[in-house]
Amino acid sequence: MSVKSRNLYLIPYAAWIVLFVVAPIALIVYYSLFDIEGNFTFSNYSDFFTPVYMRMTLSSFWYAFLITAFSLLIAYPAAYLLTRTKHKQLWLLLIILPSWINLLLKAYAFLGLFGTYGIVNAALDTLGIGRQQILFTDFSFVFVSVYIFIPFMILPVFNALEKMNPSLIDASRDLGASAWTTFQRVVFPLTVNGVKAGCQAVFIPALSLFMITRLIAGNRVITLGTAIEQHFLVTQDWGMGATIAVFLVVIMALIMVLTGNRRKREVSR
Amino acid sequence: MAAARSSRKWKWSHLYLIAVFVVLYAPIFFLMLYSFNSGGAMHDFEGFTLEWYKEVFADTRLFIIVLNTLVIALLSSALSTILGVLGALAIQHVRRRRTQNMLLALNNVLIVSPDVIIGASFLILFTIIGIKLGFVSVLLAHIAFSVPIVVIMVLPKLEEMSSTWIDAARDLGASRTDVLTKVILPYIRPGIFAGFFMALTYSLDDFAVTFFVTGNGYSTLAVEIYSRARQGISLSINALSTLIFLFTIILVIGYYFINQRGNRPPGMEVQR
Repeated sequence: MSVKSRNLYLIPYAAWIVLFVVAPIALIVYYSLFDIEGNFTFSNYSDFFTPVYMRMTLSSFWYAFLITAFSLLIAYPAAYLLTRTKHKQLWLLLIILPSWINLLLKAYAFLGLFGTYGIVNAALDTLGIGRQQILFTDFSFVFVSVYIFIPFMILPVFNALEKMNPSLIDASRDLGASAWTTFQRVVFPLTVNGVKAGCQAVFIPALSLFMITRLIAGNRVITLGTAIEQHFLVTQDWGMGATIAVFLVVIMALIMVLTGNRRKREVSR
Repeated sequence: MAAARSSRKWKWSHLYLIAVFVVLYAPIFFLMLYSFNSGGAMHDFEGFTLEWYKEVFADTRLFIIVLNTLVIALLSSALSTILGVLGALAIQHVRRRRTQNMLLALNNVLIVSPDVIIGASFLILFTIIGIKLGFVSVLLAHIAFSVPIVVIMVLPKLEEMSSTWIDAARDLGASRTDVLTKVILPYIRPGIFAGFFMALTYSLDDFAVTFFVTGNGYSTLAVEIYSRARQGISLSINALSTLIFLFTIILVIGYYFINQRGNRPPGMEVQR
């Protein structure tokens, strides 16, 4: 009786797992072994290690690294100061609120802000610097990405800081440690898990989001995500797209292992 | 002196936080402000107009797309809530720890996968099975990526429930169905609501997965905004954004309201 009812629950759920979790992964791997004409080949994998794709992978990593680093630099002090405010839950809610707004709309706002006649260029003009090409540059891509990811970095760091016992800071200060030493030796080590979670929540989407690059960076910046989208929807070379996807999954798994296993998704939209 | 120093620090810290807030909110308000610009561009505010809102409301194609988006969101979150609750019950019922962990790991694959990969793999899947890209493929994709979220929201509630309740109900002669509908489901209801709500927001917010499986002729709001934004600036997108922003705020308030009603916020980890 008990066995029977357990199986009843499991049937639809197991069907979902097989159809939408196992099958898609298997299909991605399967398709990576075929070229554009449908012949079985390993050429996609050897192509991936040619300079073109290697350069793309490296630059994708470099941008993701920059985005993560800047997000952390801005988010850590913000999270720390948030824990010191009076109505911290309200402030936190206000920080998180923008992350509920579709990122396409936020990226679109920057089309107006950074445009040739946009408000930023108007300000530069009045300052005497003159109008610059801001949109479709590496700078605008990194800036907009950092803007979008900051809430996702603040949240885990804030949670980690909240868990920390504040008397530890007092103890460290009483024992004569400077503010910097206290931060370096006490606060940061205790919140390193939040930092890892935040980096994970920013780095992986930064490697794979393609809409920000398309809207903000024109076609100047190509990330792994952009390349996958390009191969699947533009050039229709599904084999190569699937190969890049396989590498992206492997890289993602490595990052997850390196930064400790967390089962929660933090972003990607 | 210590007090004086700390009050000075206070001000600096407020300045930094305020700067972060200004940067976070400025683009959004900028977008909203220019939705009232009669000038027709996102610079040089000329005068106040509701023209762009009129344009949005008069656009029947856009209206159909909004309807599509809502239908997909409601249908997919309802169906994924049912599937997700069944999944949580299934995971809970599995006795062996290893099987349970394996199920949980498989459950979380779609939660941690980047959207591009989910989208691309679903595109392959639907093409192979022979599902025409359009309403059905988008609906299936949304159900697929919402199920694990519901499971994650419901499972803690199930684990928190004491098994003695079920034993008591059984001892008192309740049938298996009665135990499910009269004991278990009412207890985990806050988790179910939170799961439904998260599924709803994920579906409404999703762009990348939908973009892959939508095909020609069928579109959701996010895909439509993307294709319009790629063509450049049009203030009707600003008007639309303002409306979406207000709708989002209502949703967020609703979500927090649901969270408040459950004795413990079940979604604190996944909420973003």
